[in-house]
Amino acid sequence: MSSFSRRKFLKISAATVTVASGAAAFAKAPSAPEKPSKRAAKGIQRIPTYCDICFWKCGAIATVKDGKLWKVEGNPEDPLSRGRLCPRGTGGVGAHFDPDRLRRPLIRRSDRGREEWQEVSWDEAFAYIAKKMHAIKQNYGPEAVALFAHGIGGAFLKHTLKAYGTPNITAPSFAQCRGPRDAGFWLTYGEEVGSPERTDIKNAQCLVLIGSHLGENMHNSQVQEFADAVGNGATIIVADPRFSVAASKAKHYLPIKPGTDLALLLAWMHVLVTEGLYNKEYVAKHGFGFEQFAASLAPYTPEWAYPETGIAPDTIRATAREMARYQPATLVHPGRHSTWYGDDAQRSRAVALLNALLGSWGSKGGFYAPASMDVPGFPYPPYPKSEKGKVDNPGNRYPFAHEPITTGIREATITGKPYPVKGWFVYATNLIQALPNEAETIKAIQNLDLLVVVDVIPNEIAGWADVVLPEAVYLERYDDLNVELFREPFVALRQPVVDAPDDQKPNWWMAKRLAEVMGLGQYYPWKDIEEYLNHRLTAAGLSFDELKAKGIIRGAPQPIFADEGAPLTFDTPSGKIEFFSPQLQAAGFDPVPVYTKHPEPPAGAFRLLFGRAPVHSFSRTQSNRILSDMMAENEVWINEDVAQRLELKSGDYVRLKNQDNVVSLPIRVKATQRIRPDCVYMVHGFGHTARGLKHAFGKGASDSQLITRYATDPLMGGTGMNINFVTLEPEATRG
Amino acid sequence: MARFGMVIDTVRCVGCMDCVVACKTENNVPEGFNRDWIAYDVSGSYPTPHMEIRSERCNHCDNPPCVSCCPTGASHVHDVGGVVLVDHDKCIGCKGCIAACPYGARFIHPDGYADKCTFCIHRVEQGQDPACVAVCPTHCMHFGDLDDPNSEVSQLLASRKHHVLMPDAGTKPRIFYLT
Repeated sequence: MSSFSRRKFLKISAATVTVASGAAAFAKAPSAPEKPSKRAAKGIQRIPTYCDICFWKCGAIATVKDGKLWKVEGNPEDPLSRGRLCPRGTGGVGAHFDPDRLRRPLIRRSDRGREEWQEVSWDEAFAYIAKKMHAIKQNYGPEAVALFAHGIGGAFLKHTLKAYGTPNITAPSFAQCRGPRDAGFWLTYGEEVGSPERTDIKNAQCLVLIGSHLGENMHNSQVQEFADAVGNGATIIVADPRFSVAASKAKHYLPIKPGTDLALLLAWMHVLVTEGLYNKEYVAKHGFGFEQFAASLAPYTPEWAYPETGIAPDTIRATAREMARYQPATLVHPGRHSTWYGDDAQRSRAVALLNALLGSWGSKGGFYAPASMDVPGFPYPPYPKSEKGKVDNPGNRYPFAHEPITTGIREATITGKPYPVKGWFVYATNLIQALPNEAETIKAIQNLDLLVVVDVIPNEIAGWADVVLPEAVYLERYDDLNVELFREPFVALRQPVVDAPDDQKPNWWMAKRLAEVMGLGQYYPWKDIEEYLNHRLTAAGLSFDELKAKGIIRGAPQPIFADEGAPLTFDTPSGKIEFFSPQLQAAGFDPVPVYTKHPEPPAGAFRLLFGRAPVHSFSRTQSNRILSDMMAENEVWINEDVAQRLELKSGDYVRLKNQDNVVSLPIRVKATQRIRPDCVYMVHGFGHTARGLKHAFGKGASDSQLITRYATDPLMGGTGMNINFVTLEPEATRG
Repeated sequence: MARFGMVIDTVRCVGCMDCVVACKTENNVPEGFNRDWIAYDVSGSYPTPHMEIRSERCNHCDNPPCVSCCPTGASHVHDVGGVVLVDHDKCIGCKGCIAACPYGARFIHPDGYADKCTFCIHRVEQGQDPACVAVCPTHCMHFGDLDDPNSEVSQLLASRKHHVLMPDAGTKPRIFYLT
C-alpha cells in the first residue's frame, strides 16, 4: 500500500469519528499533554518506580527534565531488570504522551458499542455506577457483578468489589494464557511455576523451548537469562512451527507440525526411559507411580512420533540424549501462553514430567524455589461471605481450575446459569481481543445492566462500556507494593513521576471513592495511598522514605536450590512428584498423558498461529507513538514457496478468512523461509477497530477476530485457540 | 587520541529493538524516524535457514564518504574519538551525504538538517555508554576505544570471529559484528 492511500484511509476514518460521535470526546484530545506539571522544577530529577507496560513489573528510574518526562531506564538495584528495561519499558514514555488517551469520565449516550459519549464529572460517574450496582445487588445479589482485571493495578478495585460482596473476580491470564501450564505443574509437583517463572535459564546447560519464543516474547528477566545461556554456550533445542528468533540461536531446530507437541514430548520421554538415560536416583527418591507411567510410554517410539510430528526419529533420539547429557541442568521451559489445542493441561503435565525425568525441579539450571519478603497485607475488615459461590465453574465441571475462568463468567452472563450476571467491571484488559470469539463477548455484554471499563486508552472494550473511567498511566500514580517471588526477596514501589495531563485518576482513588459512594467506606480506613503504603511497610519493618528514594528494598538472600538447602517437598496427595496421577484418574481423566490427534487444516487452508513482538504488549500499546514507530502494523507470515504458488510476495496486502467466513482487516504479507508451509503466523494485538484509537485504528489485522473457535480444556477450562484455519484473499485496493 | 567503535555480539542479540527505542527517547528522535534499526539477515531455506540479527546505525567510518562529499563542512569528524557528526547550523539539507552513505544511516530531520547516530557523544563525554549500549537487555553491545588494545572492544575483536558491513565499499566502518 502506498503512503498516499494509507493517509487517505486514515483521513476518512477520522472524519467518520467526528460525524458519528458528535461531541466526540475522544477527538478533542490535544496533540500532547499541555497541563504544566506541579513538579515542574528546573533541571533533572530521577525518580524510581516500577514499570507497567507489561505485567513483569521491572524496577525503573524515570528522568524528568524541567518538569517534563524525558526517559525511563532500568533500576540497577532491581533483580528483575538488572538495570535494563525491555523495549516496551524504555518506550513507556510514549504511554504518558499518547494523544489518544482517555481524559475524562464518560457515560454512554447512545447504543452500546457506538462509542458515543458524554463527558461527566467523577462524582456523576460514581453516582451512576453506584445506583446501578445497588439495583443489581437488590435484584440479583452482589455475585451478579464480576470484575475482569489484569495486572497489579487492579488490586484496589478487587478490594472494593470483594467488599461489595462478589467472589467473581477473574483475569484472562488464566483461561486464555498460562492456566493449563499451571494446572499441569500443580498436578505433577503440587506447585505452579509462577510469574515470573521460577526457571533458572541463565545456569541451564541445555534449554528446551517448545513453542516458547523468548526474545520475541519479551519478558525481561527471561530474555536476559536466555542471552546469558546462549552466551555461555548452552545447548538450545527449539521445537516450533516457525523459525523463531530463539530457533536462530539453537543447535537443534525441530520444525514441528503444529498440534503435535505432545507426541514429541512422549517420544522424548520414551527414549529417556527405554535407554535408561533418566535421572534414576531422583525419580526413585521423589517420584510416585513411575512404573505405570513408564509402561504407558511403550507405544510412543520415535518412529511412531515421526509421521505425527514430522521430526525424524534420529533427531528425536539425538535431542533426548542431549537433554540427558546435561541433566539436571537441562531446563525444558514450561512456556507461558499455553492455551493451544484444548488438551493443554495434559501437554503441560508432559513438560513437567520430562523435567522430572531430568531431575531439574529444584536444581541449578532447572527450577528454583522462589524467595520473597514478608510484607503483611493491610488489616481490612472481613469481606461479606457469598451465599451463591462463584459463577464460572458450576458443578466444578473443570475440577483443576484453580482460578476463576473468564469464559465461564462470560457463558453465565449469556445463559443466566447457574445465576444471572448483570454487571461487569473491566480493568486494563481489552476483553474484545483477549477472549476468543468476539461475538460471544458482545452477546454477553448485551445482557448486562452495567459495564464499567477502567483503562488508559479508548480500546475496543471501552467502546462497549456504559461508563469509561480514565486511569492515570503508571508513571503518574502510586500502586500497591510489588512483593515479588523471585530469585531473591525484594519489595518495589510504584510512585508518580509526573502528573496526569488531564482528569485521569489513579485506580486506588477510583476504587476508594466508589466504595465510599456505595456506603462501603469502612473498607478504606486509610486517608490516601501513602498512608496505606506506609502502614504496610511499617508493619514489615521497612521504611517508606527509603523505598521512595530507592524504588527497591532487597531482603537477605535465601537458599533457592535443593543443594543449597532449599526444601524439596511436593504438595501433592502422595507428597511426591506424580508421574501417575490418582487425582486425575479419580476425576475421570487420563492419569498419564495420552496423545490425541488434532484436526489438520483442509486443503488450501492454513492453521492460524499467533504470538508476540518484543515492542508491544497485547493490544495495549499500539497507540504508543514510540512503540508504534518500532512496529506500526503486524504482518501475516507465510512460507515463501507457498506464497509464490499463491502469487503473493512480501508487502502485498491480503485479508484472512477463517472457517466460519469471518474476514480480517487487510494485513501485509511477509513471505519467508522462517515458517512451515501448513500454517500462517501473526503478532497479536493489531487490527484495532476502536475509533478513539486514532493512530492504531485499522492498522494490521486481529488474530482474535479470526479465533471464532476454541477447544475448552476439560481439566481446567482453558480455551485452546490454535484450532482455527484461514485462507488468504488478495486485497485488490492495496499493495 | 581515542578511536571509538562498537562491537555487537550477533550471537546474543534477539533483535528486540530496545536500542532503537532507547536512542529515540535519549535523543528525542522525531516520530517516523530512527537513528538505528534492526536487520534480520535470513539465508537458506526452510527448515534450515540461517539468520543473523544485527543492530545497525552509522558506522562512524574511518574513511567517511559523508564527510568528504559535504559542501559546507557540516558533516565532520569530531575531535573526541573520531566520531562522525553533523553540525546542524552548517547543514543546508542538500542530501549529498544521504546519497553518499552506503549504509542508509542518515535522514533529513523535520527541522531541515541531516541527522544520524552521534554515538551519544553527549553521554560518552560524561563517561557513559551510548544509550543503545546501556539499555541492551542481552548485553550484546560494547562501546570503547579501538586503538586501546586493553579495551573491551579490542579484546573482543582479538578473541572472536567478526565482520563489518560492506567491507568492499572502502569506508573502513567502526562497527564490528561478532558471529
